[in-house]
Amino acid sequence: MIRIRASGAILAQKESMTESLAITKISDLANPTRFLALAARILPWMAGATALLFAIGLYLSFTTEGDYQQGDTVRIMYVHVPAAWLSMMCYTVMAISAIGTLVWRHPLADVSHKAAAPLGAAFTLIALVTGSLWGKPMWGTWWVWDARLTSVFVLFLMYLGLIALNRALDDPSRAARVSAVLILVGFVNIPIIKFSVDWWNTLHQPASVVRLDGPTIDAEFLWPLLIMAVAFTLLFFTLHIAAMRNEIWRRRVTAQRRMAARMAGKEE
Amino acid sequence: MTDLLLRDLKLAVRAGGGALIGVLFFLTVVAVIPFGVGPDLNLLSRIGPAILWIGALLSALLGLDRLFQTDREDGSLDLMLMQEHPLALTILVKCVAHWIATGLPLVLAAPLLGLFMNMNEVAIGAVMLTLLVGSPAITFIGAVGAAVAVALPRGGLLVSILVLPLAIPVLIFGVSASYAAVEEPAPFMPPFLILIALTMFFAVLGPVGAALALKNAGD
Repeated sequence: MIRIRASGAILAQKESMTESLAITKISDLANPTRFLALAARILPWMAGATALLFAIGLYLSFTTEGDYQQGDTVRIMYVHVPAAWLSMMCYTVMAISAIGTLVWRHPLADVSHKAAAPLGAAFTLIALVTGSLWGKPMWGTWWVWDARLTSVFVLFLMYLGLIALNRALDDPSRAARVSAVLILVGFVNIPIIKFSVDWWNTLHQPASVVRLDGPTIDAEFLWPLLIMAVAFTLLFFTLHIAAMRNEIWRRRVTAQRRMAARMAGKEE
Repeated sequence: MTDLLLRDLKLAVRAGGGALIGVLFFLTVVAVIPFGVGPDLNLLSRIGPAILWIGALLSALLGLDRLFQTDREDGSLDLMLMQEHPLALTILVKCVAHWIATGLPLVLAAPLLGLFMNMNEVAIGAVMLTLLVGSPAITFIGAVGAAVAVALPRGGLLVSILVLPLAIPVLIFGVSASYAAVEEPAPFMPPFLILIALTMFFAVLGPVGAALALKNAGD
């Protein structure tokens, strides 16, 4: 009972702190409590905007005419291409956060790249699965060792490796610093992997049937695609901020549990 | 630096026979392949360079987790972290020692295994040359993985998972250079030179990244 009251008091204290913290400079965002306040304020708006854009984008995706060659399967593109873009953008966000972790020892940056890794893996998986589903009717096979597919697949493996590393280390700040190093090494390596995979593919299957670019995109396809891309980007940032918020809360709960356990131990 | 190189080499040779286990693993992996794909000598000679490269890559990964772990256990890693030399340089020397102890035996074992794979002399020479040039890159890039996972009790598997995607370029250029030596139209030099460039690049990136990770992995 005492334990619960003690942590309740700490929570109340934190709440009152939240009220007094106003954001005046961009660097004020560095404070996790300020970040939480901001997140609470903007998250509903972002979620709303995401839902709205998805509604418009999906409506357009389903109502525009199909491609004269590909028929209705071209609609997969409206999910596939934004997901593939985001899989790369997410890694960039993680690399920027990793620099924040290593250079400024920023607790928020730690949280940021930890929260982004599962999201990136999810978007990469969406891109791979939808690409595979699109490939079956178009190319007649689920999977081709095409240069682009392969490099996205390698990116997926890297995301999974980072998640595994983050889970393997107990201490969150050390896990963040160590995985930040790996993120940056991976970031430097991604162009090399991309280049070598291109080389490998042109060497082993020259002038293949596989063409991911397809026909030059018509304006009719472009609009839904762009709207979906913006919707996906907003979705990513909404989920990312929500995941960061959850992570900060999770760490606070862990810290408070530890504190409560220590206090309970003293009383006995 | 020379002392460190000699110390690491002595440790690698005398303690536990890590180098020999790597070669043994290489031998086993390559010996298992014919059971999987069948004893067709033509097929084996065609895929031989690729098999040797994959086998060497896997065997090189095998011993990587020990790169810093033994030093961490006996405390010498802390001394290395405290000394005034740049840590990246120390790691570079450690990587070279590790490569001489584990990578070089793989290169020397490759011709024998090439015979098993029914490869001709040119192909065997090409694989040996590309392995000689390319396998240090695996050690250098693996040093980052080893440094990242140094504090983990069972980091070995994780090191392999983290390092393999990063080692893909080395594998691609190693294998394509080996094939280019045998197959007529493809030129040998471009992939070979890119392989050398990759090794040099990783010789910088690997130790610097590993130093950063080791400094941050400390408690």
